Amino acid sequence: MSTVVKSKSLWKHAFEQLVSDRMALMSLLIVIIYSLVAVLSATGLLAGNWADEMGPSYAAPSGEFLFGLDIFGRSVLAKTIKGTEVAMSVGLVTALISAVIGIVLGAVAGYFGGKVDEFVVWFYTTFTSIPSIMLLIAITFIMGKGLVAVYLALGLTSWVSLCRLIRGEVIRHKDREYVHAATAIGGNDFRKLFKHILPNVLHIVIINFSLTFQTAIKSEVILSYLGLGVQGRPSWGTMIDDAKLELARGVWWQLAAATLAMFVVVLAFNILGDALRDSLDPKLKGK
Amino acid sequence: MNTWTYIARRTLYVIPVILGVCFLIFVLFNVFSPDPAMIMLGKHATAKQMAELRAELGLDKPFFIQYLDIVKASFTFDFGRSWSTKQEIFQMIKQGAIPSLTVTLPGFLLSTLISIAISLLVAFYRGKMIDKAVVFFCVAGMSISSLAYILFGQWFFAYKLGWFEISGYEEGFPYFIPYIILPVIIWVILSIGPDVRFFRTIILDEVYQDYVRTARSKGLGENHIMFKHVLKNAMVSIITYVIIQLPFLILGALLLESFFSIPGLGAMTLNAINSSDFPVIRAMTVLSAVAYIIFSILTDVLYTVVDPRVRLH
Repeated sequence: MSTVVKSKSLWKHAFEQLVSDRMALMSLLIVIIYSLVAVLSATGLLAGNWADEMGPSYAAPSGEFLFGLDIFGRSVLAKTIKGTEVAMSVGLVTALISAVIGIVLGAVAGYFGGKVDEFVVWFYTTFTSIPSIMLLIAITFIMGKGLVAVYLALGLTSWVSLCRLIRGEVIRHKDREYVHAATAIGGNDFRKLFKHILPNVLHIVIINFSLTFQTAIKSEVILSYLGLGVQGRPSWGTMIDDAKLELARGVWWQLAAATLAMFVVVLAFNILGDALRDSLDPKLKGK
Repeated sequence: MNTWTYIARRTLYVIPVILGVCFLIFVLFNVFSPDPAMIMLGKHATAKQMAELRAELGLDKPFFIQYLDIVKASFTFDFGRSWSTKQEIFQMIKQGAIPSLTVTLPGFLLSTLISIAISLLVAFYRGKMIDKAVVFFCVAGMSISSLAYILFGQWFFAYKLGWFEISGYEEGFPYFIPYIILPVIIWVILSIGPDVRFFRTIILDEVYQDYVRTARSKGLGENHIMFKHVLKNAMVSIITYVIIQLPFLILGALLLESFFSIPGLGAMTLNAINSSDFPVIRAMTVLSAVAYIIFSILTDVLYTVVDPRVRLH
């Protein structure tokens, strides 16, 4: 009896490689933990009492208050957890918005070519010509301040690089034999593009997703500093912004807590993104 | 296609892009933004006051004319006056450009040189411990908020240790130096991470090329290969990366300038944001977009002239 050796799929191979990479595995674990904390905080199970006064204003970190207290005597730890909710949701929604716009525009431009392609290329050239900080400002002006404005502003300003990559890949793929085969059995454009070509360029989306996610977390901090960020609830951005006035009084714990919380998750996303790129894009191995 | 036709075509492409940029700016600031007359006068203004102010600001003109005004401004740089300071915006930009450049130019030059040196070193020892350590530190450094660097740097080195001026600025050559040292150092620290990562990738791209193997097989030393062959070829991408950043230097450093009270264009933009001073924000947006478009075409053209392998289309 002969045994059939089935070749591993790209995804299986990539998964195995990712799991064998200890740094990447740890990063994945960190991202999962942060996501759990965010979900628990959103459902009120964790840090639901962040707004309560726990003790004296600006109490330093101690056994009782692990990360100290802020100006109103609120627990910095609880605020950091609440901030995790904001950061993770900003990262997720921004990455989703930019993925949808980037995939659709990039795929359509690459596949149909001609006038459609020219229009899309003109559109994103125009878009990238305006510094994203200015676009962010304009969009938050229009939307008013708040979480939704942050989502939209960051999502609408971060799709261009993905769109470019997808467009390029679709152009490379659209004349491959498997696409012609799909034409031969009567597949329409929509089916060919989304059912056949897109799965072959999906790895780019995933790599880009982790990159956009962490960039969005970092941008939220800047928006908060500009006074255009999340209002009325703690975020790492507003905590770091508060530190502006606190440092001179020797209050460093709010800056430290928010910076540390952000550092760990952004670093995890960076390492994860690199590992994903190495395992999903064989051409780039070792670079 | 010959090079000149390509350059001409590429240059002509400026027109639709500038028209598009102006349209986007027009839609964002003139169509969808909250009524500036309302922002400036507050909610207790009478209808008559509002109408007068809107006429004064040119907001009563038809949309098409407002759009044309923006297009015109992007060529003439006549942006009108600021709503809050009533100064001519072009004059404000001229005044702010020098202080901005005193921070951004030294920062940019230093960070680029240091980054190239580090990337050559780690590319030389690629795969070794030092390479991995440097890459890890770059990624780790990039994972910290730029705001945290500025806050900590200003508090620790200027306030606590007193090594540098905490904030402020003086015009004129030797006088501004004490004020820019710390901002420049922070700029360099902020830029090294992404720069080293980028340059390292570029250089490693070259290291695995056939010509390097050829050079090695004819017995050239690693040093010679690295500096004479690899660096020369990598230079094309390095220069393009450097040039495309130039327009942003003129715009100044938004956060650094505001933290260190340097009266540059970044601080000006930030003030405009805080006071909803639309003409200034719009002017800075138009200006940076136009600068970006010009420089991106410059890099494209340079690329084709320097590197004959680049295909024109």
